[in-house]
Amino acid sequence: MRKIWSLTGGIHPAENKHQSVQSSIGSLPLPDRLTIPLNQHIGAPPKLLVAEGDRVLKGQVLAEPKGFVSAGIHAPTSGIITHISDHPIPHPSGMAARCITLEPDHKEQWIEHRGIDNYREKTPSELLDIIRQSGIVGLGGAGFPSAVKLGPKQPISTLIINATECEPYITADDMLMREHPQDIVDGIKILSFILGDPDEILIGIEDNKPEAFEALKPYLQDTNITLVEFPTRYPSGGEKQLIQILTGKEVPHGGIPADIGIVCQNIGTTYAIQRAIQHGEPLISRITTVTGKACATNRNYQVLIGTPISHLLQNNGFDQSQCPRLIMGGPMMGFTLEELSIPVIKTTNCILAPTAEELPTPPPTQPCIRCGMCAEACPASLLPQQLFWHAQSQNYEKLEAHNLFDCIECGACSYVCPSNIPLVQYYRAAKGEMRKLAQEKINSDRARERFEFNQARKAKEEAEKAAKREARKRAAELARAKKADQEASPGGADTETNSADDIIKAAMARAAAKKASPEEQRAKLERGIVRAESHVNAAQQRLDGLEQDATDKQWEQARAALEDARLRLQNAEQKLAALGAPTDDKLKDATVDTAKSVMDKIQASPREALEKKVSTLKERIAVTEEKLVSADDKTLKTALQNGLKKQQAKLKDAEQQLAETPATADQPNSTPKTEDAASAAIARAQAKAAAQESMSEEEKLKASVESLQNRLKKAQAKLTAAEAEGSEHIDAFRTGVEKLQAKLTAAETQLAEKTQ
Amino acid sequence: MYEIIAQNPLLAALTALVGLALIFGAVLGYAAIKFKVKGDPIVEQIDSLLPQTQCGQCGYPGCRPYAEAIANGDTINKCPPGGQTTINAIADLLDVEAPTLDEEHGVESDTKTVAYIREDECIGCTKCIQACPVDAILGAAKQMHTVIISECTGCDLCVEPCPVDCIDMLPVAKGLADWTWDMPASSEEQVKALRADIIATDKPGQRDGVDAA
Amino acid sequence: MALLKLTSPHAHTTQNTGNVMQLVLLATIPGALALTAFFGWGTLINVVIASIVAVGCEATIMHLRKRPVMFYLRDCSALVTAVLLGLALPPLAPWWLVLVGTSFAIVIAKHLYGGLGYNPFNPAMVGYVVLLISFPVQMTSWPAPMPLYPEGTDAPGLWQSLQMVLPFFNESVDAFTAATPLDTFKHNTGLLVEQLYQSDPLYSQADWAGVGWEWANLGFLAGGCFLLYRKVFTWHAPVSMLVALALCSALFYDGGSSVSHGSPVLHLLSGATMLGAFFIVTDPVTSATSNRGRMIYGALVGVLIFIIRSWGSYPDAMAFAVLLMNFAAPLIDNYTLPRTYGHKKPRKATEKATDTKD
Repeated sequence: MRKIWSLTGGIHPAENKHQSVQSSIGSLPLPDRLTIPLNQHIGAPPKLLVAEGDRVLKGQVLAEPKGFVSAGIHAPTSGIITHISDHPIPHPSGMAARCITLEPDHKEQWIEHRGIDNYREKTPSELLDIIRQSGIVGLGGAGFPSAVKLGPKQPISTLIINATECEPYITADDMLMREHPQDIVDGIKILSFILGDPDEILIGIEDNKPEAFEALKPYLQDTNITLVEFPTRYPSGGEKQLIQILTGKEVPHGGIPADIGIVCQNIGTTYAIQRAIQHGEPLISRITTVTGKACATNRNYQVLIGTPISHLLQNNGFDQSQCPRLIMGGPMMGFTLEELSIPVIKTTNCILAPTAEELPTPPPTQPCIRCGMCAEACPASLLPQQLFWHAQSQNYEKLEAHNLFDCIECGACSYVCPSNIPLVQYYRAAKGEMRKLAQEKINSDRARERFEFNQARKAKEEAEKAAKREARKRAAELARAKKADQEASPGGADTETNSADDIIKAAMARAAAKKASPEEQRAKLERGIVRAESHVNAAQQRLDGLEQDATDKQWEQARAALEDARLRLQNAEQKLAALGAPTDDKLKDATVDTAKSVMDKIQASPREALEKKVSTLKERIAVTEEKLVSADDKTLKTALQNGLKKQQAKLKDAEQQLAETPATADQPNSTPKTEDAASAAIARAQAKAAAQESMSEEEKLKASVESLQNRLKKAQAKLTAAEAEGSEHIDAFRTGVEKLQAKLTAAETQLAEKTQ
Repeated sequence: MYEIIAQNPLLAALTALVGLALIFGAVLGYAAIKFKVKGDPIVEQIDSLLPQTQCGQCGYPGCRPYAEAIANGDTINKCPPGGQTTINAIADLLDVEAPTLDEEHGVESDTKTVAYIREDECIGCTKCIQACPVDAILGAAKQMHTVIISECTGCDLCVEPCPVDCIDMLPVAKGLADWTWDMPASSEEQVKALRADIIATDKPGQRDGVDAA
Repeated sequence: MALLKLTSPHAHTTQNTGNVMQLVLLATIPGALALTAFFGWGTLINVVIASIVAVGCEATIMHLRKRPVMFYLRDCSALVTAVLLGLALPPLAPWWLVLVGTSFAIVIAKHLYGGLGYNPFNPAMVGYVVLLISFPVQMTSWPAPMPLYPEGTDAPGLWQSLQMVLPFFNESVDAFTAATPLDTFKHNTGLLVEQLYQSDPLYSQADWAGVGWEWANLGFLAGGCFLLYRKVFTWHAPVSMLVALALCSALFYDGGSSVSHGSPVLHLLSGATMLGAFFIVTDPVTSATSNRGRMIYGALVGVLIFIIRSWGSYPDAMAFAVLLMNFAAPLIDNYTLPRTYGHKKPRKATEKATDTKD
């Protein structure tokens, strides 16, 4: 006799198993339609392989596993796929999920399938693949894909077959053992082979199933399989609990049984694996107990996956008026169903239809008196009363410290609670909340990271801009200092030229900040010339190629490109020349440079952009108005009206700005614009430089006073406009005006001094 | 010396008190140096409790600035996205009484929302991209933009700048994957149910009234 | 009829809080009978008055808290408090003493803290201590056990007892009062234990530890064993308390000199030892939670009882010891979590959620 360890805690509820073992496993007529949920297991949903209207054969793959932890589904019978849509599924939430609806054609036409005669000729991984392709998942309740569980990385020393069936009422495994002992033993041998023939193979069975025990016993005589019987006590059928009872070992917290060299398989799963390997049949049906006093007959059935519960119940004389709640699974861990159209799935081991007397609805909750009966019943040695206390106050830190996540939700604590507190529901809710918070924490950490990165990036951009501004400012200062130097020096004749020279020098300084040395600069320029020449050539070629069949526009474009390229070449050559004779041609060169930048600015001038903006705004207003007319919802209407107002305001702004934009750039659609603008700018810059040269100090001051007066006027106009509109930038305008006024007075006093 | 002290109870008491004060002062002073906490981890701790939506509803440009402000004495009830949970957590951290949310900064909403861009209406102005504090909007100038839903914190800072108002804040869809059990009815609710002579179940009112009292 | 949506488990024991409390009430019967047999009707009168007051207070408070009164009265928790307090008070105590004690226990010690399940201190013991501090004379006037009455004196009948307890009669109780065994020990000066036992009829006529007292204690012990058998509570707290008390008294017994604090037998079978061990220390609301915690809690109660009995100014110490340990219970809870399945060692409730993979 093998040593048996005792279960920690546990309870002994009324078994109620005798009702459903009176007759053998039955079969039901085909239902009118089968509803097969796509995802009946833990893990990724499988990939759908069929479409609405397809005809499928019995055993045909409907969806194949996608990802490592996944399982496929198969057609339970031959027929037509009528729908692929959302349908309520067996889940405590009562929510709907994607299901395949199959209308049987009553031909029961199998797809071609064949079993393996000698599985020992195959490799374990080939067998695992067959198990995976057959859609086999843990039939005990959780529905974890069996192929994953049977392919552990760790070496396995013990295989445990779970035939405990500790929940009251359920007898599916009991009846299976009574009727198919040979197949079960074959299945165990297959599992043993897959796991590399572990040293020890144990079948754990409670002592309330003597018939099953006796049925299995003769088949185990010449094998290394040990049948271990232990006292009936709920929840000894929990995987962790069964391991504790049979081996005295505990699955480490956060680990799996394979970590201690154990693999545990449900006996129903073992049978399904045997069917898949030796007969080639995928998992398309399972044994389900139909029981409870609201059903006239209590019996086990071989049920096709997807059979509606209503079909199952109707064939057993179900009286709904007697049945306040319908349970899928056992009375300890099962969940209630709110609809009868919900189908049987791979994990449905029992449909329990109790009367109100059989399982009375819970009386109201009384306060917890911390009597500790729950702690005595807990198989995981938790303190349910403390967990309840902290779950109620949502103290998640304490819940974690009290090992809430080691709770297996067996319901023993709620069963014994004299105050009728739905403890398990508190734990489930708290666990859900904690998982959600953990997820939120991950999300918020990522958001923080992204925010910090965003801030850092913006700060860097800002710093770069500031650095550029700083460099410009420093260059200007340098120039000013030099000018002061030169003014102080006796060579007064050069002063005028120098002022022009200063601008150039500032530009040079700017350029010098970018350029490393004259040699490099020269090399660069030479490269630039080569490039420009090739550009010119390419443009010329294009132009030549266009001769025959080209529109005017293309012509124009090509010509413009050619001109542009030529200009660039000229520019580069000039620069190179300037570099060669820096003193002579610098002035010219720099002026051209400045002019070019001015030209760029003009190109990007707001005029065109503004016009475009005005036109888009107009368009949008029109659209909005249309919408407003057609809208009948009141809130929508007000929203649209608001939007319209905003848009109109924006339009007004844009138009005003457009009007203010200087007309100099007002040359829309000028084709050779680039060149024109450039040459114009160059001319202006040169004129300005020349004018400055010829101007006396007084005249300069006068000019600056004039320009300042102009600017002030403009600024004041803007300010009044802003005041009228109530713009938020009004303060900025005001300070601008004040500054301008200050500058103006300064310039005027200077002028006055000079003229005297 | 000892005799004088022993004979004079007042002196004895004074000596004892002064002695104790000196000893405790020394111990505390030593502890203050020995166990000095470096840096200002309280800001980090507060920041880790804030929801990181970076929405600015608190009046600060992001969660961290608000965390710094709290560390410098600002009130802790200015964060609508975090709601009461966050307030309680910060109150717990700072060991103060947890106030209720300051409605001035917005109200706590039960449903988390994320931004969706009505993409056919988007004109590609990039204003929302610049407004997004967590870089969760993808797009380029004159190209349609889209929100990376998994990175969106639901701060709705992108809604205002949009010139064509094509950004909607839509509630996140709830599916089977994130379904959890609800907490059972609280004792107050059960009492209410009791007084109405209804047994408290998950769905009160679905069963016949049973005499509870 | 629509199908209900209910959470698992769907099966449930038939036991409820009311049943548990009724079992506790049932278990007090042997002790109460022994007290009545030796000290007269006073005990039963105390219990009845306390019960009426307690139920009245409970109903009033429940009404004020707008709770369904009958539903909460049915849990019998107020009755248990009342009965325990009634048994602990001196028989023939004046009616107002019982009234003050019980109403204080129910209204202040229980309901002001949130009612059943939320009170940090054992209500009966709070009521007892309030009375002991406020009315020391009345609280220490225990009647002598009947077998020790002077010859020719009859024990007071029911009617006479009522006249002593209830108002308007003012019959004096003094004629019947005498020192308790623990009092006698406390005030022993110069006599060896042996001599004391021989000289005082309280001991000389007793089998183990004082006439009447030993039987009352044995009665409560029997009740406690019944509750243990019915698994109303676990053995941890009462057994560790009795063992700690016995060990302490054995350690300081010193063979029976004139400064001895009494033998283990005297300590176990006199005063409120057994009532406390099985009916007060086991109060789940105010004691520690885990079995390990309850052992520590019980043991410390035992040690405190002995310390206060021996060196304190009160002859008995049950109420003080229990209340002091009620203070400590949450602290004990923090450090005595059981080892959860799959964990190498027990955790502490104060642990932060940093390391979940131990």
